[in-house]
Amino acid sequence: MKLTDLTELALRNLRESILRNSLTTVGISVGVASLVAMLSLGIGLQQLASRRLMKSGLFDTIVVTSRREPRNFGHDEDRNAPAPADSRLLDEPSRLELDRLPNVIEANPDIRFATELRYDDKPHLTTVAALPESSKSTDAFESIQGHFFTSDTAPEAILQKSFAAELLGRPHAPGADETNVAELAAPLLGKDLIMSYAQREAPQNGSAATAAVTHGNSSSAANMDPAASYSVVSRQQKLKIVGVVDLDPESMRGPTRGRVFVPLKLAESLHVMQPTDLRELSSSSGDQTLYSSVSVRVKDPAQIRATEDAIKKMGFNTFSILDATRSLQQFFAVLDLFLGIFGSLALAVASIGIVNTLVMAILERRREIGIMKAIGASDVDVKKLFFAEAGAMGILGGFVGVALGWAIGHVINLGTNIYLKRQSLPPEHFWSVPWWLVGAAILFSLVVSLVAGLYPAARAARLDPVQALRYE
Amino acid sequence: MPAAPAIATPAIRAENVCRHYRMGETLIRAVDGVSLEVRSGEFVALLGASGSGKSSVLNLLAGLDRPTAGSVVVQGRDLARLSREELAHYRLHTVGMVFQSFNLIPSMTVAENVELPLRFAEVNRAERDGMTGAALARVGLQSRVNHRPSELSGGEQQRVALARALINRPQLLLADEPTGNLDSRTGTEIMNMVREFNLQLGMTVVMVTHERALAERYAERLIHLADGKLVRNEGNVPAAADPLSTASEGSRA
Ligand SMILES: Nc1ncnc2c1ncn2[C@@H]1O[C@H](COP(=O)(O)OP(=O)(O)OP(=O)(O)O)[C@@H](O)[C@H]1O
Ligand SMILES: [Mg+2]
Repeated sequence: MKLTDLTELALRNLRESILRNSLTTVGISVGVASLVAMLSLGIGLQQLASRRLMKSGLFDTIVVTSRREPRNFGHDEDRNAPAPADSRLLDEPSRLELDRLPNVIEANPDIRFATELRYDDKPHLTTVAALPESSKSTDAFESIQGHFFTSDTAPEAILQKSFAAELLGRPHAPGADETNVAELAAPLLGKDLIMSYAQREAPQNGSAATAAVTHGNSSSAANMDPAASYSVVSRQQKLKIVGVVDLDPESMRGPTRGRVFVPLKLAESLHVMQPTDLRELSSSSGDQTLYSSVSVRVKDPAQIRATEDAIKKMGFNTFSILDATRSLQQFFAVLDLFLGIFGSLALAVASIGIVNTLVMAILERRREIGIMKAIGASDVDVKKLFFAEAGAMGILGGFVGVALGWAIGHVINLGTNIYLKRQSLPPEHFWSVPWWLVGAAILFSLVVSLVAGLYPAARAARLDPVQALRYE
Repeated sequence: MPAAPAIATPAIRAENVCRHYRMGETLIRAVDGVSLEVRSGEFVALLGASGSGKSSVLNLLAGLDRPTAGSVVVQGRDLARLSREELAHYRLHTVGMVFQSFNLIPSMTVAENVELPLRFAEVNRAERDGMTGAALARVGLQSRVNHRPSELSGGEQQRVALARALINRPQLLLADEPTGNLDSRTGTEIMNMVREFNLQLGMTVVMVTHERALAERYAERLIHLADGKLVRNEGNVPAAADPLSTASEGSRA
């Protein structure tokens, strides 16, 4: 029989006992809906997680250090050994070169220094870290009190919550973490901080032989090569407090925590002396700024390995959290599998409904099958007809089920967002029904229905027409 | 026997056909060694008491059932050697069947019932519509195409069944008590149509009946069965010598 005739006959047969077939189809729809709901939840959560992680800067950042910088302090004996031949200084030209690599958005020096900040005429020792403008979009600043730096050179500061508490003289008790950021920020925003720091200055002509190291370590000063010396001058910088953050944005990027943040360009212009300056004295030309590390942000985290390899080839050490993404993907693959199995279970139950409906239809339509065979229908024709009925229920149930699953997901998403709003948390989109899932769900429903139709169809085809026609 | 040349090749030749059913310990011999020949274009009646095996013989000729022994050869083809698929093809193209209980599909309209064999034969829609119209015109039911069988009288339903039986232009018409559920006037109408197919379309007709009078009126040969065995095979001159001009005219009114 032709496909058009099969479809026509199948649909008319389904219409004949509309209630029973509708109920069966509803069963399939519910199965498909639960499958779609489960899988789209899994996919949505995965997308949410990777979106979050991308924003955290955890997975799109490579931290680049010079090979001369001993990363592992256990290897003290190697410290004065000659550096590898291809090792390079992490200076401004290197940074520019990193910046120009394919797949790289930006390469920013990690400037971090310990210094004294005066607030309300009281000194506080802390670590200051520089933030590039791109940090603005990381989720650490999503819940900022106040605002991000007005420009990359503005003399402004953003405080970490714990430091804000310290400035206000509130002891940081463990467990008292629930302090409201807004409460801390209110008295601080707009106030000034005075930052005292050591500025590194290029040597002036004539006075090259002696360097004034104000806060330096005397042994380093003694080892200094007189030709490559510089002076260190004590300076002060006024900073306006513009924001207070809850999260420590630096915890995501580098090994050292900062408690006060300043704009990157401002930090660079201050030429604050950093630990690297002293360590690299022997080999540096003296007038070059050296960076202890440079954070490279990549466009496509999937290609982070290629970018890392390229940077290694340039002669630097790299560090990224590549493997973490991989295990995360593994976790979601397992999650999807489990959600999929649960979803499929409902569909499997629904397929038993198909078997039941079709077997009932055979009993009911015994005579009809006998008639069809008597007037020339082959076994294959009868089989195909029952298959077509199962398939039609499968496709119909698939379409209705996808729509239903999509609607259920939407309602869950909506409900959760209302809940999140009540908890004054930002709304989240953790629900995703990609097109491939729509197609796959309908196809899966069709396949399951056809498999369910196998037995009834074979049974209908085997029916003996003489017996079927024998009695009224 | 080999010396005697056949005057006309037989349409049907059944040789020592048996259809036995095993019911536990007992063996039921529904058909028990029947041999018969039917010429092409002949009108044969199968007579016998209830349970004598008439329907069983007819089902064997129709290829709906397979004999447990013996052979049935229809137009040179041994039905026993055909596969299930080939048997279906044989039923579709060579045989038209009519039953006592009409056996129309109740959920389908008259036109859909008639065109159903054409769907199995994979005839395309446009051609199908023309053929269905012609077949229904032949049995005088053009005006009832969209009715369900339940909305028709018994005679009308049997006419639908006749239209369905001849839609694929089969050479063989097998009828199992076609007038059994009809009153004598309607029965005569149906029988006249069967005879018309026999004479005008040259269809070979094998009709099961237990009414001797009906058989004597239309059939050229009467075959008597009893307990699954052929007991008498007699020639007959149909009483209705030329009923076409009068009776079939009346049936179409
Ligand atoms: N499937 C079966 N199993 C057992 N016995 C059967 C089966 N089919 C038919 N028979 C027996 O075979 C015999 C012949 O049956 P058949 O239907 O051919 O008779 P019939 O001559 O057509 O009778 P009727 O005039 O009542 O239609 C009967 O005795 C019947 O019981
Ligand atoms: Mg019978």
